[in-house]
Amino acid sequence: MLEVRDLACERGDVRLFSGLDFALGEGGLLLVQGPNGSGKTSLLRLVAGLSRPAAGTIRWRGEPIAELREAYARELLFVGHANAVKEEFSADENLAISLELCGRRSSAAARAEALERIGLARRARLPARYLSQGQKRRVALARLCLAEDFPLWILDEPFAALDTRALATVVSLVDAHLARGGAVILTTHQEVAIAARTQFSIVLEG
Amino acid sequence: MLGGLQSIVARDLRLSMRRRGDVLNHLVFFVIVVTLFPLGVGAEPNLLRSMAPGIVWVAALLAAMLSLQRMFASDYADGSLEQMLISAHPLGVIVVGKFIAHWLLSGLPVTLLAPVVGVQFDLSQQALVVLTVSLLVGTPVLSLIGGVGAALTLGVRGGGVLLALLVLPLFIPVLIFGAGGVSEAQAGMSAAPHLSLLGAFLAMSCVVAPWATSAALRVAYD
Repeated sequence: MLEVRDLACERGDVRLFSGLDFALGEGGLLLVQGPNGSGKTSLLRLVAGLSRPAAGTIRWRGEPIAELREAYARELLFVGHANAVKEEFSADENLAISLELCGRRSSAAARAEALERIGLARRARLPARYLSQGQKRRVALARLCLAEDFPLWILDEPFAALDTRALATVVSLVDAHLARGGAVILTTHQEVAIAARTQFSIVLEG
Repeated sequence: MLGGLQSIVARDLRLSMRRRGDVLNHLVFFVIVVTLFPLGVGAEPNLLRSMAPGIVWVAALLAAMLSLQRMFASDYADGSLEQMLISAHPLGVIVVGKFIAHWLLSGLPVTLLAPVVGVQFDLSQQALVVLTVSLLVGTPVLSLIGGVGAALTLGVRGGGVLLALLVLPLFIPVLIFGAGGVSEAQAGMSAAPHLSLLGAFLAMSCVVAPWATSAALRVAYD
């Protein structure tokens, strides 16, 4: 599905990586690893189409993503480093809005179920400003429960700030997505056991 | 596409209902600035009448400046803007939604308040009508051009001052034709030429601003 050729990334004058090739098929998992500042987030942002590569091409089903734009965005779920959670809105409203931005309408019942699954059922109506860091992260990740029809998930440090139960939930969501034939790219510093048909990792050196 | 537009406008309006202070601040600012002039200059009806169009329009510009900075800032800070850039809706549609919401919360209230504060300057009924119409046509231009500036100064240190330096010169034509129309009406002449030119500015910025803002937002994240 996703094919990356000869990718290079520069931040300022520093070349973070170059000559990166990989291909990700159905049910494929890509783990991006490396020390802080090695370009993990930059790589994810390039693949998500948020920034442009210094060199190389990224193709989605054979077409360059720069030309696909919204057609690519409709198939992509990106949970970035920032949670994109509005402090004034409740967890439920935040979830509804982020799904709308992804072009999906959601029913109140489906959202309640998603928040229940991620462990926020009792905080669903509370403005997000009263939530802890880990709970805000869970609000951002609640989308994963309603994201079966996004073929590609890109998750930047999804496990950061999560407790063990939430972590297990997110891992099981990723597992289920891979089993469905979806593809996942994620960065993490934690050791997690994810079952995938094809799994490989890229280790970036600082 | 319309669904995307609608959901962005609804989201921004709902968000500002939760932060009512932000919306009220610049309206109170507008009323206070306009009110300070009659108090400072003194109750000389002829002087006040001739100064009124300029004062109301400059106050409207400054009030718009206050609210512009917030157009994208909080979405940029918490990562929502990132999600908008890779949204299923075209970025241009989202930007237009943000413009509409911004105008509904800043330009429209100022326009509705203008005839009320204009009474302090002993403006004729005719002049008050032209003042309101000129603001109705002119304030969307402020949101549009200001939005480009707000997007260009995202994430820049001291962005507020830079935004003012960038955008205020571009507001000059709007100020001249907006205030000029009211002065013409006071002199008993037709304000139509000035209002038409304002309309032309509005049409032009409707075409250019969404495109330029989208490009600036992409650069801010690159």
